[in-house]
Amino acid sequence: MALLRVENLHKRYGHEEVLKGVTLAQDAGETKVVIGPSGTGKSTLLRCINRLTEPDQGRVWLEDTEITSRRTDINRVRAKIGFVFQDFNLFTHLTSLDNVRLGLMKVRGMPRAAATGRAMAELERVGLAAKANAYPAQLSGGQQQRVSIARALAMDPKLILFDEPTSALDPELIGEVLSVMIQLARDGMTMIVVTHEMGFARSVADEIVFMEGGVIVEQGTPDKMFRSPEVPRTGEFLRKISDLYGESR
Amino acid sequence: MNLVFDPAWLPRLGQGVLLTVQLTLYCMGLGAVLGAVLGLVRVYGGGRWSPLYWVASAYIHFFRGTPLLVQLLGIYLGLPTAGILVGPFLAGLLAMTLNTAAYQAEYFRGAIQSVKSGQMMAARALGMSRAQAIGHVIMPQALRLIIPPWSNELIYMLKYSSIVSMTALRPETMDLFGVARSIAARNFRYFEVYILVALFYLAMVLILTVALRWVERRVRIPGLGTPGRGI
Ligand SMILES: Nc1ncnc2c1ncn2[C@@H]1O[C@H](COP(=O)(O)OP(=O)(O)OP(=O)(O)O)[C@@H](O)[C@H]1O
Ligand SMILES: [Mg+2]
Repeated sequence: MALLRVENLHKRYGHEEVLKGVTLAQDAGETKVVIGPSGTGKSTLLRCINRLTEPDQGRVWLEDTEITSRRTDINRVRAKIGFVFQDFNLFTHLTSLDNVRLGLMKVRGMPRAAATGRAMAELERVGLAAKANAYPAQLSGGQQQRVSIARALAMDPKLILFDEPTSALDPELIGEVLSVMIQLARDGMTMIVVTHEMGFARSVADEIVFMEGGVIVEQGTPDKMFRSPEVPRTGEFLRKISDLYGESR
Repeated sequence: MNLVFDPAWLPRLGQGVLLTVQLTLYCMGLGAVLGAVLGLVRVYGGGRWSPLYWVASAYIHFFRGTPLLVQLLGIYLGLPTAGILVGPFLAGLLAMTLNTAAYQAEYFRGAIQSVKSGQMMAARALGMSRAQAIGHVIMPQALRLIIPPWSNELIYMLKYSSIVSMTALRPETMDLFGVARSIAARNFRYFEVYILVALFYLAMVLILTVALRWVERRVRIPGLGTPGRGI
């Protein structure tokens, strides 16, 4: 059984239907990369998965829990789904260590000492143990994003959703974040990544999902999507972003 | 003109200072609690059409829209007619608390709303309830933002507390200004007494200003510089 199943998801803002019936399934350990033009509903899709945005229609399951059910305790589900934002959203009044530790202590109810140990291990994993006592404003964008990945990892998520994790970064800082994510994918983390980084998609994605106008236009392995897409529009878009963002990384 | 200051005034003026300080700090403390609740209701109370929001807004508009003196006399003279006896100190404290709470509610609303929306989103994404997110993420940031307007309000209330001299008749219930009036009325040294009183208010304001500056520096978030400094 798939780890995550999304079935016929719809979302409208006013008159604009942003998601027009999105269906996808993801196995444990799989990395999916979601691409598509701006305003296509990629962020909305990610936010509907953990109900940061309430979908209008459709269902989402994490294993055998129906996330979209009214009876589900959404906070318990969210604790199992990591979310990494484009602009990091680290808690500005807390050090890196406290950012990573807060969820462990307040959501998971872990005692302070254990939470500290776990948080330090995660900061180590993203190469920032030395910055444990720094505040977000004292870190570069790349470092902030790595702390936010550590914050997600600390919760032992079954799945992590990344919404354009490198789009707010200067080019020279993108690499350090991507290499953390590549390592995660290789370690078997289940991830859905909205990104324009085609180098990342080629090297670690199990599947690329091309969205446009609120629907999934085409999905498949990177090989199929890059070499022989079925829908002409897919090839066109892939060529365009490969030109724009390069593939060197 | 020769000025005459009599050291015999000092003990009574000292008592007045004490009462003024008590009144101000109590009303500011209680007003902060009530103001925070009202501010939270205005932001998170379910939007324009929820009854809670409506009650909070009506309260804020009423107490900001009417003079403190009217509120004080309404409480001091009005409550007894309803069978509730309140002394001058309690009436003053109540009026000042209710009044400052309305202003502080607006400061809290502003501070809460200037915390970036991504902070709430990140907290909820971790699995925190809304109350947890408010308590652990939003309020700690909002409270830092509220210190400067809160300092202004504190200084304002300190000076405005002099209106309780309207209701205090017995010496032990008089604030600094009330004491000054009663001393001056007896010896006609109006000029000297009021100079002294002005200096006392000034000293209190300076001490509070320095204290709050210190608090502001203590809780400053490292890396988020003081705007304008060092640029
Ligand atoms: N809270 C909101 N209220 C109203 N409209 C919204 C809201 N959030 C998103 N939209 C609209 O929904 C559409 C899809 O937005 P979404 O952010 O999901 O697109 P996206 O594919 O992530 O785009 P981008 O690549 O620019 O991030 C856009 O037209 C946007 O204006
Ligand atoms: Mg987006």
